[in-house]
Amino acid sequence: MTQAATMAQPASEPLIRFEKVVKRFGTLTVLDDFDFTVAPGEKVTLIGPSGSGKSTVLRILMTLEPFQEGNLVLGGMAYHQPSGHGPFRANERHLRQIRSQVGMVFQSFNLFPHMSVLRNVIEAPVAVLGLKRAEAECRAVELLGMVGLADKKDHFPSQLSGGQQQRVAIARALAMRPRVLLFDEPTSALDPQLVGEVLGVIRSLAHEHDLTMLLVTHEMRFAREVSDRVCFFDKGRIVEQGEPERIFTSPEQARTREFLQSVL
Amino acid sequence: MIYGFAWDTSSAAAFAWSILPILGIGLIVTLEATAAGFVIAMLLGLVLALLRRSRLRAIAWPTAAAIEFIRDTPLLVQLFFLYYVLPVYGITLPAFVTGAIALGVQYSAYTSEVYRAGLDAVPKGQWEAAVALNLSRVRTYTTIIVPQAIPRVLPALGNYLVSMLKETPVLSVVTVVDMVSLANMIGDRTFEYLVPLSLVGLIFLILTLLCSAGIHLLERALPKSGIALQ
Repeated sequence: MTQAATMAQPASEPLIRFEKVVKRFGTLTVLDDFDFTVAPGEKVTLIGPSGSGKSTVLRILMTLEPFQEGNLVLGGMAYHQPSGHGPFRANERHLRQIRSQVGMVFQSFNLFPHMSVLRNVIEAPVAVLGLKRAEAECRAVELLGMVGLADKKDHFPSQLSGGQQQRVAIARALAMRPRVLLFDEPTSALDPQLVGEVLGVIRSLAHEHDLTMLLVTHEMRFAREVSDRVCFFDKGRIVEQGEPERIFTSPEQARTREFLQSVL
Repeated sequence: MIYGFAWDTSSAAAFAWSILPILGIGLIVTLEATAAGFVIAMLLGLVLALLRRSRLRAIAWPTAAAIEFIRDTPLLVQLFFLYYVLPVYGITLPAFVTGAIALGVQYSAYTSEVYRAGLDAVPKGQWEAAVALNLSRVRTYTTIIVPQAIPRVLPALGNYLVSMLKETPVLSVVTVVDMVSLANMIGDRTFEYLVPLSLVGLIFLILTLLCSAGIHLLERALPKSGIALQ
């Protein structure tokens, strides 16, 4: 095995495994015989032109999108079950078990606008994990402190800047203690001067050994800095993947080179 | 004399003054019918809207059909049906209850459409965030979606409250004695229709203006983003 191949296939048992997954929107094939594995604790960045299927990978993992063919397993749980029904051909209880392992940070934050920052963060821990309100609040304040917003806990989302909203959204996702955290272009909706504060929070999370992170971003320098592996997507497939240093300095595929030249 | 109040027809003003207590008794019936009907319309409308959005077709489709059926048949027919046909099958309801139910059910078909539009208008990202946080569907509706839909539906619900108030006199066909039927009775006995009917019209005008003003205040008092239920 070459060194690049070893990089692409981590030695430990994968936490996430896509096997020949096909995702279509009508006649448009977004993921085509898609194979992809992620090791526990791995930080993987997905890059590539828009429409190449990067976000779809995250949305499928979060059960926001069903897929048509192939297998997907996360932590030993298959998304499709032979006996199930619905778009995932799995029952809701099973899907909720999968979701309990996964959190997601969205491009447009998606905070609940009618709830205070604190309430945004404690809502799911209280309703889903069954935490006592006081306990949930205590943990929420801790998490808000971690993202530098402990003093904003009683504010409403509309009173915060985009960067602050996104940091609350990260705290909210972390409050559910996910094993896998998905970031779908977390800084794309932000003014340039606010990008840094959000990347700062994500960078500190990248040091968490146990947290598996999948990040879709156009911030190439950041991707190079925080990820263990970079995957270049084009037309629903991973064209090239490997250590960030290698991908960014000496890409093997012509399409990777073209893409990197256009964005760097 | 009605309800123990005699009238004084010496002048228009004296006549109006003397029949005011009688109309006041009718007014209470009118307000009670409106309130009862509106509570039914608000709650049943929301339930219908939620059932119609169910992912199970066996629930969504019959609900849609029921809403369509209620909307497309006249209130008068529904009233007569409840009042005269149900007793044949052993269900006899007092006139006022029949009226309030008919009014509420008819309007619930309208309010369900209002709720549906309000629920649809909540951004998709809110649903996605709820899924990502693993909230159940029921919890998502009760704490995320419905609270955000309320400020959006309030103006339209207010309009239905006003039009419901104006439609209460139709309940007199099933012997509910409301303000209009009392005015008519006074007219029948005194051969003097102008004053009682004008008075009733004026009272309705004041009521609807008050309703509209109240709704306007409520709209301004509610945060646009929605109300977080505890």
